[in-house]
Amino acid sequence: MRALDLLWLVPLLPLAGSALNALLGPRVARPLTTAVALGAPGLSLAISLMAVWTYATTVFPLPFEQVLYAWTTGELSIDVAFLLDPLSSVMVVVVTLVGFLIHVYSVGYMGDDSGYQRYFSYLNLFMGAMLLLVLGNNFLVMFVGWEGVGLCSYLLIGYYYEEEFPPYAGRKAFIVNRIGDFAFLVGLFALVARFGTLDYGEVFAAVASDPHGVEEPYLLGLSFAGFVTLCLFIGAIGKSAQLPLYVWLPDAMAGPTPVSALIHAATMVTAGVYMVVRTNVLYQLAPGTSALVATVGAVTALFAATIAFAQTDIKKVLAYSTVSQLGYMFLGAGVGAYSAAIFHLGTHAFFKALLFLGSGSVIHAMSGEQDMRRMGGLKKALPVTFATFAIATVAISGIPPLAGFFSKDQILAGAWGEHKVLWAIGLVTAGLTACYMFRALLMTFYGRFRGTDEVRSHLHESPTVMTLPLVVLAVGSALAGLIGIPKLGTLDINWFGHFLAPVVAPVGHAGEHGHHASLGLELLLMGVSVAAAVGGIWMAWRTYGGERGLAGGEAWAIRFPTAHRILTNKYYVDEIYDATVIKGTWSAARGLFRFDAGFIDGFLVNGSRHVTVAVSLLSGFFDKYVIDGVVNLSGWVMRACSRLFRSLQTGLVSQYALVVAVGMLVLTGFYLVVRLG
Amino acid sequence: MTVPVVWYLLLAAVLFTIGTFGALTRRNGIAIFLSIELMLNAANLAIVAFSRIALESGDLKSMLNGQILVLFVLAVAAAEAAVGLALFIAVYRDKRTIDINRLNLMRW
Amino acid sequence: MSLAVFAVFASLATISALVVVLHRNPVYSVMSLVVTLVSVAALFVLLGAPFLGALQILVYTGAILVLFLFVIMLLNVGREDTDSGGGGQRVVALIAAALFGGLIALLFWARYQGLRVPTLTPEAVALRPLARELLSTYLLPFEIVGVLLLAAVIAATVLAAKNPPSGGASSS
Repeated sequence: MRALDLLWLVPLLPLAGSALNALLGPRVARPLTTAVALGAPGLSLAISLMAVWTYATTVFPLPFEQVLYAWTTGELSIDVAFLLDPLSSVMVVVVTLVGFLIHVYSVGYMGDDSGYQRYFSYLNLFMGAMLLLVLGNNFLVMFVGWEGVGLCSYLLIGYYYEEEFPPYAGRKAFIVNRIGDFAFLVGLFALVARFGTLDYGEVFAAVASDPHGVEEPYLLGLSFAGFVTLCLFIGAIGKSAQLPLYVWLPDAMAGPTPVSALIHAATMVTAGVYMVVRTNVLYQLAPGTSALVATVGAVTALFAATIAFAQTDIKKVLAYSTVSQLGYMFLGAGVGAYSAAIFHLGTHAFFKALLFLGSGSVIHAMSGEQDMRRMGGLKKALPVTFATFAIATVAISGIPPLAGFFSKDQILAGAWGEHKVLWAIGLVTAGLTACYMFRALLMTFYGRFRGTDEVRSHLHESPTVMTLPLVVLAVGSALAGLIGIPKLGTLDINWFGHFLAPVVAPVGHAGEHGHHASLGLELLLMGVSVAAAVGGIWMAWRTYGGERGLAGGEAWAIRFPTAHRILTNKYYVDEIYDATVIKGTWSAARGLFRFDAGFIDGFLVNGSRHVTVAVSLLSGFFDKYVIDGVVNLSGWVMRACSRLFRSLQTGLVSQYALVVAVGMLVLTGFYLVVRLG
Repeated sequence: MTVPVVWYLLLAAVLFTIGTFGALTRRNGIAIFLSIELMLNAANLAIVAFSRIALESGDLKSMLNGQILVLFVLAVAAAEAAVGLALFIAVYRDKRTIDINRLNLMRW
Repeated sequence: MSLAVFAVFASLATISALVVVLHRNPVYSVMSLVVTLVSVAALFVLLGAPFLGALQILVYTGAILVLFLFVIMLLNVGREDTDSGGGGQRVVALIAAALFGGLIALLFWARYQGLRVPTLTPEAVALRPLARELLSTYLLPFEIVGVLLLAAVIAATVLAAKNPPSGGASSS
């Protein structure tokens, strides 16, 4: 049990590393910074692996909780406590493993950057916050992590703050996320108001013990479960870049490429999926919200996949691919295939991180060039990058037996059981995904080199510190799927599904979701999805394969100019937001400014000024002639009296003594008259 | 033939009146002082006379009280004379006069 | 016999007191005051207070009036030019003093007219009871008077010795 007791170190070590690097700053030697930056997540990875292993072999299937201290006491008592259950085990392993590999990669990628310490401080901080998010045993700790990763995302998107665009992109990400965070908070308030606690176990137990209670109408025509899940889902939409709040993620590519890999592909953006699955007890009792989740996920998946087609920036392609794959995960979560969603989350973390790191390696080699139209034929110059990138591409395309196939297939199977249209969208998206990913692969690594000769002369394979993580991630992308092979008839080796089963167990009457397709249907669905993927690959090959270069793509653009224009401009979503939300805010602000300048400043302030001036003139007259008149009058009276009385003060002591004597005489006479008279 | 006590008292009243007149009319500070000493002595004379009357009502202690009061008046008069004369010296040093009509700094 | 003694000393005291008040020269005033005080001392003896009479002569004539003489000679103040306040002041002062003295005399006369006291026995004028009384019942006032005198001495010294411009010892 020793490893489990060290659980608290998992998030703490990266946080400590972050603080240490931030405090040491750029004064210390780089190897020391590197040691801290890699040591903290490395130790964290080791501890989390041991802890998860111990957990899986001993405590499982019960959850393991570690209370550190009471955060708040009183009516709402919240502990700072960590929870290790199957779900958080998976998340912890994914986050620490992928995170550590990306840290290693960053040592090479950021080696020449002047902000080396700052970068790793942020990156470690992100790791700590993300681990807090997935390990917390209540919603508040999760929220702290949630905001923490949002902060790190903002900081790292705007990492190149000397340039113009990255800080803007960081602000955009932050503001868009705020919308979701607000809804998230409202959901938490509703939970506190209803249950008086934010502890996962207590909330879910309360819900499970009275499933009908949370289904009664609550607010806005929604049930309690429906309201809370809607709020939480809006939070997830913001964090996981779903329609309509996905716009920040493509711009987030302005950050360093390893950051894109870690935060904006593998971990942070999947926090929304994690949250939905974590609260699946509530979602199971809110079929309306679940349908919304599935619909939003499916539409986003398709929508983003089509945009990815027209992108020429390699990172933008991957960004829209990430949005699309996140949509896939939400589709899975929405149709009740929670373990499939988490499974896809895990496999996606591997191959999408690999794709981003591979693209980073390419960009590194291309001296910072990100436009695929200037690449081509890099296969020979970057053999390791090419090999790993290709594995990841095949994996995301859903070709068995690589990782993406199994997870994607399970989501599609779940969608088939829920609604055929969702399945169809998922299938089309799978085909499109294969197509655009192979387009990217072909444009980058095949054909002739289209860049300048100077760039060509600098082409080089990345150093080992960068290629090693690529290889590890490639192995993961290839094999990770094997832990979750779907149940085929009597052959049941879905280790992953069984491991996650305690967390996603059906609640109450929602139990009928456990549909199981027959063996034949299962195989048919697999076959169709593989066929879609192969079809997509074939299309990509027809267009971009061999020596065709860009001509194939341009031919398509000429044949469908309207579609091409729309896709190139990403459905004009940014423009629509600009015209509505941003312009609206601007004009509202301008209106308020006019109100301020005209009414407040002009009428109220200046008006009150005039009134004040008039009043003070009036009171000035009053002061001058009435108050001062009284004052002068009293002075005049005093002067007159003193002129009268000062004649008595002669300064002659004899006269004073005489007055005293006369007074004495009068007193004595008075005495005599009284006593004797 | 003994003297009626009231005569002593009448003498004291006469001396006091003369002293008062002097204190009110003299301009020389020291002369005023002398007049005041005269008034004090008149008062002493009256006190001793009263103490004699007290003895006649059969109380030796009352008489002694009166005489001791005179003793104290003597002592205070001595102290007063010392301080007063020193004051006049100080005033004279500053003003070159002890004519009280010229010592009129307090006048408006 | 005592009546004759009283008549002599009373008229002596009255006359010399008038001289004290009326004479322009302060030195003469002091000398007449000596006569007045000696006369009053004699009357003290006649009233059965010989100790007070002796003390009066010792303290007043022997010490205080000598001090007056010293100061008068030290300051060298001569005769006054005019009387203060002019004739009006004098008349008012005379009337006020006379009225006041008359009133008191009237008071005394009304109260003690005809009261005669016998000649005292030696026991009544003995010094011992007075001394015992002074140093037992009136011990504290006695000591306080001592302190008062000390304070007066110090004050007189400071006042007379102070010579602001030159800062030296007493010198006029």
